[in-house]
Amino acid sequence: MIGGSNLGLTCQHLCKTYPTRNGLITALDDITFSVKEHEFVSIVGPSGCGKTTLLKLIAGLSKPTSGQIIFNSGLSRHQQRTALVFQEHGLFPWMTVLDNVAFGLEMYGMPKRDRRDLAMTFIEKVGLVSFANNYPHELSVGMCQRVGILRAFAADPQILLMDEPFGSLDAQTKQVLRQELLRIWRENKKLILFVTHDIDEAVLLGDRVLVMSGHPGHIREEIQIPIHRPHDPISEQQLELTEIKWHIWKILEEEVLKSLQMPS
Amino acid sequence: MAYLEDTRRRSAEKLTNAQLKETPDRSSIRPEWWGTAIIIIAPLVIWEVLARSGKISSLFFPAPSVIFLTSIQLITSGKLSIHLGITLWRVFIGFFLGGISGLMLGLAMGWSRPLRMVIDPLIAAAHPVPKIAILPLIMIFFGIGESSKIVVIAVATFFPMLINTVTGVRQINPIHFEVAENYGASLNKILTRVILPGSLPMVLTGARLALNIALLLAIAVELVSAQEGLGAMIWLAWQTLRTEELYVSLFVTAALGMILNFLLQRITLYLVPWQTEQKI
Repeated sequence: MIGGSNLGLTCQHLCKTYPTRNGLITALDDITFSVKEHEFVSIVGPSGCGKTTLLKLIAGLSKPTSGQIIFNSGLSRHQQRTALVFQEHGLFPWMTVLDNVAFGLEMYGMPKRDRRDLAMTFIEKVGLVSFANNYPHELSVGMCQRVGILRAFAADPQILLMDEPFGSLDAQTKQVLRQELLRIWRENKKLILFVTHDIDEAVLLGDRVLVMSGHPGHIREEIQIPIHRPHDPISEQQLELTEIKWHIWKILEEEVLKSLQMPS
Repeated sequence: MAYLEDTRRRSAEKLTNAQLKETPDRSSIRPEWWGTAIIIIAPLVIWEVLARSGKISSLFFPAPSVIFLTSIQLITSGKLSIHLGITLWRVFIGFFLGGISGLMLGLAMGWSRPLRMVIDPLIAAAHPVPKIAILPLIMIFFGIGESSKIVVIAVATFFPMLINTVTGVRQINPIHFEVAENYGASLNKILTRVILPGSLPMVLTGARLALNIALLLAIAVELVSAQEGLGAMIWLAWQTLRTEELYVSLFVTAALGMILNFLLQRITLYLVPWQTEQKI
């Protein structure tokens, strides 16, 4: 296997175009990058730069117009298990928290008792046991988002794709859930692709940050975050992180200004 | 962890609030109900007095007590239950046949865009036709026996069921299909875990509409062409000028409609526990 890792993935020259009334729109243009096993990669970019499209391609929810996604496992797109976490949690309102968390396992054909037991261990980890038999509408938005993340982790995919999972939450809840995500990730190491428009979030969570820009979406820069988590809030590391954030902001600022002048 | 406890507490508060709102409605009698009771009872008393004193013709308005006695008589003689039973049977068979086929086609049309494109114009053309109007045509095909009556009821229930099911499937959030697809759900799983539960609230709304229409059509068909059933009983009572029997059968028909609605509402609450706070 490539580099001794059989759980990584590589995207090669991915392009995605959509037909619209005004002709073809290129959402993604020549995206090439690879991610190693257990790596946490953030993808940051302005809205409309095709971040979500990229995740949906990897999740197999749509097909690339050209280019390919190679899983180091050698599995095809349909065999490779991925789990996508959506911005609006996407929980099934007709299932209890327990059944929602167990959904991926159910689709993989795990017997009812086994999958419920396994789902319960995940629910216990975040202290939601008393809500296991509640329906999503009885939960707060933050709780739903956590259940959505649990559903993905419980399915035990080799590859976890997260599409702005904290985008709709308030700042404090976000902060807590980021820590929780890092904790769960440390316990069950997975390859995570984490899409966000929040530079702080990208730098805080990722081992590496891919900076994307839009129209058409492409990767502007890859930045390695040289500091190991948890980041020490008072050390000189902060300076270095601030420099990285400033650097990313400079790239994105250009993009944002461009999009403000351009009627979209 | 503090955050955890906080959300747990907050949501617990939310639950108790909902319960608090709920309890007084159920335990104590609301003052409005007294008003409703007076509105119902007062005219009955006036009616009784006027009918007994001969101020109004008891041919048109037999006294409520007379109507009540007639109903007891109709119940004990078994006449009422025969008519009621036949109407119920027609309603259920018609509702079942029309409802199931409406549900099946509705699921298929909600799922498949091409099928929807092909069949939609036919539905749009056939739906507005008052279904009682096709009874003669159906009788030509199916004879004047039981089957033509049931077919008309089935045709009438088919449409609300179909239209509600299609809407129910189409209003499922696309994200739910994406989640299922992402975890490699089989078509069977997509049907049983996403499409059926996702459309169920609308399907049940359709079922309630369909059941009301089934009752309406059953009575209408019986008025026109039947020897038995509540509709036939109403018609016979009118022809023989047994007004008190007319009132009894009308009352039973109304009660039947109310009971069927109530039962379906109960079933809905039971089947759709995730939407309990929404009035269906």
